[in-house]
Amino acid sequence: MDIKDVENLASLARIELTEDEKNDLLSDMESILGYIKQIERPAADVDDFEANQNVTNVWREDVLVDENSSQASKFSKELIIGQFPDKQDGFLKVKKIL
Amino acid sequence: MIDLENLTITKARKALDEKVFSAVDLASAYLAEIKKKNGGLNAYLEVYDDVLEQAKRADEMIAKGESYPLLGIPLAVKDVILIEGRKVSAASKILENYTASYDATAIAKLKKQGAVFLGRTNMDEFALGSSTENSAYGVTKNPSDPNRVAGGTSGGSAAAVAALMALGALGSDTGGSVRQPASFCGVVGLKPTYGKVSRYGLIAAASSLDCIGPIAKNTEDAQIIFKAIYGHDALDSTSVADNFYVKSSPKKELVIGVPSDLINQEGIDPSIKENFEKVVKTFESLGYKIKDIKLPNCIALYYIVNFAEVSSNLARFDGVRYGLHKDGKNLLEDYLLTKDAGFGKETKRRILLGTYVLSAGYYDAYYGKAQVARESLRQEFKELFSEVDLILTPTSPVPAWKIGEKSDPLSMYLADIFTITANIVGVPAMSLPSGFMETEGLPAGKAGKKLPLGIQLMSAHGQEDVIFEAGKKFEAIREK
Repeated sequence: MDIKDVENLASLARIELTEDEKNDLLSDMESILGYIKQIERPAADVDDFEANQNVTNVWREDVLVDENSSQASKFSKELIIGQFPDKQDGFLKVKKIL
Repeated sequence: MIDLENLTITKARKALDEKVFSAVDLASAYLAEIKKKNGGLNAYLEVYDDVLEQAKRADEMIAKGESYPLLGIPLAVKDVILIEGRKVSAASKILENYTASYDATAIAKLKKQGAVFLGRTNMDEFALGSSTENSAYGVTKNPSDPNRVAGGTSGGSAAAVAALMALGALGSDTGGSVRQPASFCGVVGLKPTYGKVSRYGLIAAASSLDCIGPIAKNTEDAQIIFKAIYGHDALDSTSVADNFYVKSSPKKELVIGVPSDLINQEGIDPSIKENFEKVVKTFESLGYKIKDIKLPNCIALYYIVNFAEVSSNLARFDGVRYGLHKDGKNLLEDYLLTKDAGFGKETKRRILLGTYVLSAGYYDAYYGKAQVARESLRQEFKELFSEVDLILTPTSPVPAWKIGEKSDPLSMYLADIFTITANIVGVPAMSLPSGFMETEGLPAGKAGKKLPLGIQLMSAHGQEDVIFEAGKKFEAIREK
């Protein structure tokens, strides 16, 4: 690993780092990755792990949940809109993408 | 004066129902303790300004003849669980001024019982750490020795209960975050079976590992809080049905597995080993059969899963819809600046590590392997729990360390050795106080008071009751 790898990961994760932070992270990551690299593929055959999960997918009917039912979550729309960094007419305002 | 030192939820319930004191009296007593101690310990990030009004509402319910186990009981809530209309920050700058827009399911259940919320407690930022030193708002100090950490990540909740600043608390446990601070502070902490308590409204760290769990003064109190918050919830797709795990039938002789290989390895503090050996003897004297078992060291496996899930979960904090927003020249710069200013060092480290283990070239070497190893461990545990009813270990290989002592992140990860297994496999585990050790440098006036130690009991999926029963038996005869 070198500083370029740290920069590449930071840009993938959309985090800006200072030079000091990059150097710190590089040495931490080298020792941590060196440790977790020891993980080994278990000898036992567990290829069929989907079948062994003992859990099932959770489905529900694609219907509108009545907002007064116990299944519904009650959101405070005002609170949500109130926390937008920038808004206009009740919409979230963002910078143009293209 | 209410005797807070010896008060439990059970005793408080009786006194409230019999009108020995009111919920307002009780809440006032805790607010007075908080006022005295929180400045020094930093257990609470915020004490709510409507505590007495909440208590008054509880008194009105009591006056009407209503009674629930937690009606009027003052609780602390970790700063990662949403309460509608109140601030919740995950101890991060990126959520500093965020206000929850809905109640977590666990909170909704406590509200129904009329519990009183005292405030939100300190933690490691986004529940990433083992000592509450990663909080953006300062470390929480250990009530037994303020030069030492309270543990983490639920350090504030554990310290609040230990220092009589709350009668009970909610924490969250991703790799030991309820149990380890409970052991460092000398209180009880339970990580329930994965999926037993809804994660709805819990700010996610690593979704396949996260559990909300109670911190309390004894096993019975932890059980009361657990019973109040568990149950299937359609709003959490990993929530398990109440009858999903079959209760084990009562047995004459219960077997406790002890992984002596893991406990006798290097790096385990001699005082911990000595205390643990005594505890094993205590359980033997209680009629449990002790059996030597083998448990693997799963730190590498745990941290690969943790990094991967943390980096995915925290990608949502980008300054677009809520929380901190730093304005740049374009959208990309908004992201870059917001995340840099909003996230602390450990959080950035784990996001980068997660990005690494999930990247195309390394996926098979890390995350892919970890998934297979995790499934293999699950199967190993299934077999193990056909031979033993409980697994007993120390909660932590070391006692509460001095603030700033573990500056190398890897050395802190290694201290999670005993607690992470329960999260990987999804079984319940509880830490309970098992005695004290002598340390140098305790503050004057604290002579005779030593550093608390804890042990951990694990059981099979859904078998919390087996743990509660063993915990109560142990508490009845352990050295005070």
